[in-house]
Order: sequence, then structure tokens, then C-alpha cells
Amino acid sequence: MPLRLEKRAEPSKAMLYLTPVAAVLLTALVGTIVFSLIGYNGLVAVREIFLTPLTNPLKWQDLAVKSAPLIIIAVGLAVCYRANVWNIGAEGQYVLGGIAGTGVALLTRDMSGPWILPLMIAAGMAGGMAWAFIPALLRTRLKVNEILTSLMLTYVAIQLLNYLVLGPWKDPMGFGFPQTRMFTADQMLPRVVPGTIIHLGAPIAIVVALVMWFLMSRSVFGYQVKVVGSAPYAARYGGFSVNRTIWMVLLTSGALAGLAGVLEAAGPFGRLVPSFPTNYGFTAIIVAFLGRLHPIGIVFAGLALSIVVVGGEVAQTTTGLPPAAVGIFQAMMLFFLLASDVLVRYRVRWRSPVTAEAAA
Amino acid sequence: MNSDLLIAVIITLVGASTPILIAALGELVVEKSGVLNLGVEGMMLIGAVVAFAVTYHTGNHWLAILAAALAATASSMIFAFLTLTLSANQVATGLALTIFGTGFSALFGQAYTGRPIAIFDSVFPDELEQHPVWRVVFDHSPLVFFSLFMVIAIWWFLQKTRAGLILRAVGENDLSAHSIGYSVIGVRYAAVAFGGAMAGIAGSCFPLLLTPQWAERLTAGRGWIALALVVFAAWKPFRLLAGAYLFGLVMAIELYTKASGSTGILPSEFWAALPYLATIVVLVLISLRRSQNSAAPACLGKPFLPTQ
Repeated sequence: MPLRLEKRAEPSKAMLYLTPVAAVLLTALVGTIVFSLIGYNGLVAVREIFLTPLTNPLKWQDLAVKSAPLIIIAVGLAVCYRANVWNIGAEGQYVLGGIAGTGVALLTRDMSGPWILPLMIAAGMAGGMAWAFIPALLRTRLKVNEILTSLMLTYVAIQLLNYLVLGPWKDPMGFGFPQTRMFTADQMLPRVVPGTIIHLGAPIAIVVALVMWFLMSRSVFGYQVKVVGSAPYAARYGGFSVNRTIWMVLLTSGALAGLAGVLEAAGPFGRLVPSFPTNYGFTAIIVAFLGRLHPIGIVFAGLALSIVVVGGEVAQTTTGLPPAAVGIFQAMMLFFLLASDVLVRYRVRWRSPVTAEAAA
Repeated sequence: MNSDLLIAVIITLVGASTPILIAALGELVVEKSGVLNLGVEGMMLIGAVVAFAVTYHTGNHWLAILAAALAATASSMIFAFLTLTLSANQVATGLALTIFGTGFSALFGQAYTGRPIAIFDSVFPDELEQHPVWRVVFDHSPLVFFSLFMVIAIWWFLQKTRAGLILRAVGENDLSAHSIGYSVIGVRYAAVAFGGAMAGIAGSCFPLLLTPQWAERLTAGRGWIALALVVFAAWKPFRLLAGAYLFGLVMAIELYTKASGSTGILPSEFWAALPYLATIVVLVLISLRRSQNSAAPACLGKPFLPTQ
């Protein structure tokens, strides 16, 4: 090969920030080509997916609504991934957040007061935490791989949701539809921008990102997570308990996924339905990586992915692109990002005969 | 329980176990070489949609299986290039492959919704399958016999051949294997390609063996269960066989409780969640028995960086 990789003394900061942007642009470019090849109007499809949500002001509120859960979940996942703990079951923790929040909503149906919503949110976070508690316990006590347990629990969570909305929680006035009762006004998230569908979840997402940024960069917790993730032996030597870190990161990410779940239930959904799991938990994995596992980066990455999600819906109605196409775009983004990561750690050089000899 | 029902349960059990067994055998070889490919579920979905499409258009099941294997191998090469050549994170890349496969299969499968295909059934003459005992032995798809053959073949390859020894060496100590002069990256590319082909064939079992109707995400997490089985089996092919059939039993119970209409005191959702709960239980049991994950290949999941 005429090209040669040369290890950088330090990871390139410029590349660290440029490669996610490059990954998005490359995805748009390759997406155009690929979707043209398989018989769609690739150029129109890519324009609808990547640009229409930005150029059409009517879509801006959708971006705010869809990016909020992505950001909240991804910020939690990033903490896990920094510690080398691979929680991929955020979808299940999100579902449990929705279930726990709805449980409180059903119990407080005949009550009113401003305390109900905060209680629902607390329950949602506890629900997500409870679901993350299981992989944390199994990993720290028995060294069971958290990748598999957290994912398996996602399937279990979805069955639990189905059971509840088809069985004990089914709305008796719902004409047999598998759904819970509609939440009352006190149980719904207030809108923050009048005349739009933007609810309290959007500002909460920003606050979550800022708080986690502070925690990760300024607190012992953040330092501990990074040390355990990058140098577990040094962490042990330095007196940091690896197991304690695993507990903290899994419970944090579970609580945040649960928070996203209860905010969705009390926001856009207003009740629990079988279509409640909307893949946010999996999309957030891509958001976390695209945001470079940094809370502020994740805010931008969450916006970028919500553009693709909203744009996918636009393209579906205007060009007949199937909803699954969005998944391909998301996967391509992650592929390109991972591929371009090599530029962060290495410098690409043309191999000149002299250095080749010197290297040999 | 009459004998007809018993035979039906056994045949269902074998059918449900087969895709998990094939996928897990492929992943076992991949992990033995020191690579963790979490993209099994995605590669299976690619295999499933390709097998469905080829069967629908040509009616040739053998061609469908071959195409499924090739397509999934091609997708595994994306993973191999990123993780082996560019030493990207294997967990993240495997997840990306699963997301990709899920999107790919949904995109191309959409056109086949509601169009049934023929099941890839037993190729033995009906006379052989009259007697109940012979039915249990012979009334299976060739895919079932392939999976059993591969259990032996992979055991023999890993334990008895020089190539298998090299593959294990690469997975246990990549630097030593490299210093003796073996191509660590080359061996791992080959292993990932093999795992891809097996995942593709495993995916083809879903339309050809289990549900001859297209449905999005029809593999329903079986690829992940296959990954868990490799851990359960302590990276040993024959234990994989036992584990896969154990899961087949769990899934057969699920199917028969659903079909019989009476799910007992437990809701049907419990039975649907059972394979996933069983996976967790199995992982717990296996970790209780082993003090450490000592059976895992030493280099599993770690990138190979010879110059450092």
C-alpha cells in the first residue's frame, strides 16, 4: 500500500471534532448513491432526510421533541461506555421508566396537584434504575457480561409492557384497544413553547447534558469513570473500586433512560400503548458515539439524529422511502464514524521509499 | 401426551434450535480467533431476507442458502475491515452491524410482506418417515443435518487440525502467533468471514424452516441468544449443541402453550419472555460454576496492535 499509518503522539483534537461531521456528510453522499442504485430517487430522499427538517420551520418542533429522549439516554450511555461498561439495553430501561411513571399516573388518577408529575418522573427514573440494577448486580457479583443481560432484559421489558396494556392496565373505556387510560392534565408534561408540541422534556434534556458535563469534567465521579474505563489496573492501584464504578454508571444510565421513558409517556404519548418502544434506546447508542461520549457533543449528535428520524418520516410520505431506510442511514453514520476514528489516532502518510526502508 | 404430539414437539424443538446452533457455531470460531462480533443478529437478518427473496424468485432453496451465506459474509467484511484493519472498537462496530442488518432486512423485506414461500422440508422419501422413530430421525430439513454435521466438523477442525491450532493460538496469544510468523489479521479475517457465512445460513432458517412469511425482525433476538450460548458452552462445540437444544425446548414449550390456547396461570407474555429470561438464568448459572471466565479466549475483543 502506498498509504501508511503513523501513530500520533496524542489523539488529534481537530480530527476528534471533525470526523463526526465528516461521517454525517459521507452518509448523505453514499446514501444518495446507494438509494439511487436500488431504484429510489436518492438525491430527493437524502434532501428530505437531511435538509427538509432544517429548512421547514414546521418541523423544528419535531426536532426538539425527538432529540430530547435521544440526548437524555445517550448522555447516560456515554458515562457507561467511558467506563467500558456496555449497557445496550437502554431501550428496556426506557420502557420500564414509562411503565413505572404510568403506574403512578394510574394510582393518582383521581387526585390533583402539582406534586403528581414530579412523583411520576421520580418513579420513572427508579423504574429505569431497577432494570439496570439487574445487569449491574450480575456483572459485579457474578461477572456476567452486561451486554447480553441488558439486551435480554429489553425483550423482557417489551413483553411486560404488552402484558400490562393488554391485561391489568387496559383502559376499560378504550373499546378493547390495547392501551392504558389517558393521563390527566396534572399528569402530562406542560408545553414550554406556546402553540407548539415542545414540552418540558426539551429543557430537561439540556439541563441533564449540562449537569452530566459538570459531573464528568469537574467531579471525582467523572474522573473515576474515566480512569476505570481507560486504565482499570491503575484505578485499582489508585483506590477506585471498579465494581462501585460499574454500579454507578449502570444505575445512572438506567435512571436517565427511565427519565426519557417517563417523559415520553407523559409527553407525546399521554398513555401507555404497545408502540411505546420507539427504538430511542438503540438510536441513542449511535448518538453517544457520534457525540464522542461527551455530553455537549451528544446534544449536537442528538439533534443530528433527530433530523434523520424526522427526515425519515418526511421522506416516507413524499418519496415512499420505507421507514427502515432510516436505520440504514444511522448504521452508515456509525460505520463511517468508526472508520474515520483511525484518523484521530493515526496520521496518514504517503509511503516514500526512504522511510519504508528505514521502517524495515 | 400421545406419540404424535411428542414427535411434533421434538421436530419443533429441533427446528427452533437449528438457527441458534448454526449462528453460535459460527460465532464460536470467530471468538476462538479472538474477535467478538456482536453483529450476529444483523447478519442473520440479512441472511433471512436474502434467503426469502431468492426462494421467492427462484424456488431453489439451495441457491437461497448460498446467497444468504454470501450476503452475510459480505456484511461481515465491513465489520472485519473496521475492527481488524482499522482496529475500531469491536463492540461498537458489532452493534453498528446489527443496526445495519436490521435496517437492510426491513428495507428489502418490505416488498415480500404477505407473499408465502415453500418450506425447505425433509428431502428423504416419505416411505422412510412412516414409522414414528424414523420420522424423528429423518423428518428434518437438510439445514438440521447441516447444523449437526457442523458441530462435528468444527470440533474436529479446532481440535485435530493444524489450521485449527493456529486459529486458537491467534485467539489465545496474538503476539506470540504473530512472532512465529502467522498472520493474525489474516486468520481473523477468515474467521469473521466464516462466522458471517454461518450467521447468514442461520438467518436463512427463519424463512426456510420456521416461518415462511416475511416479518420485520423475524429473528427476534435469536442472534443474541446465540452469543450467550457461546459463553454458556465455554467455547466448546458439543456443549453448544446441548445448549441450543435446551433453548429449542424452551421455545417449543412457548409455541405449544400459545397454540393450545391455554397458557396456564401465567400470561402468554411470560412464555414469550421465557427464552430471554432463560438466557439470563443460564448466564448466571454458568458464572456460578466457573470462578472466572477462564474459558474465554485470552485475546477476545482486543485489537491486535503488533507495533506497540
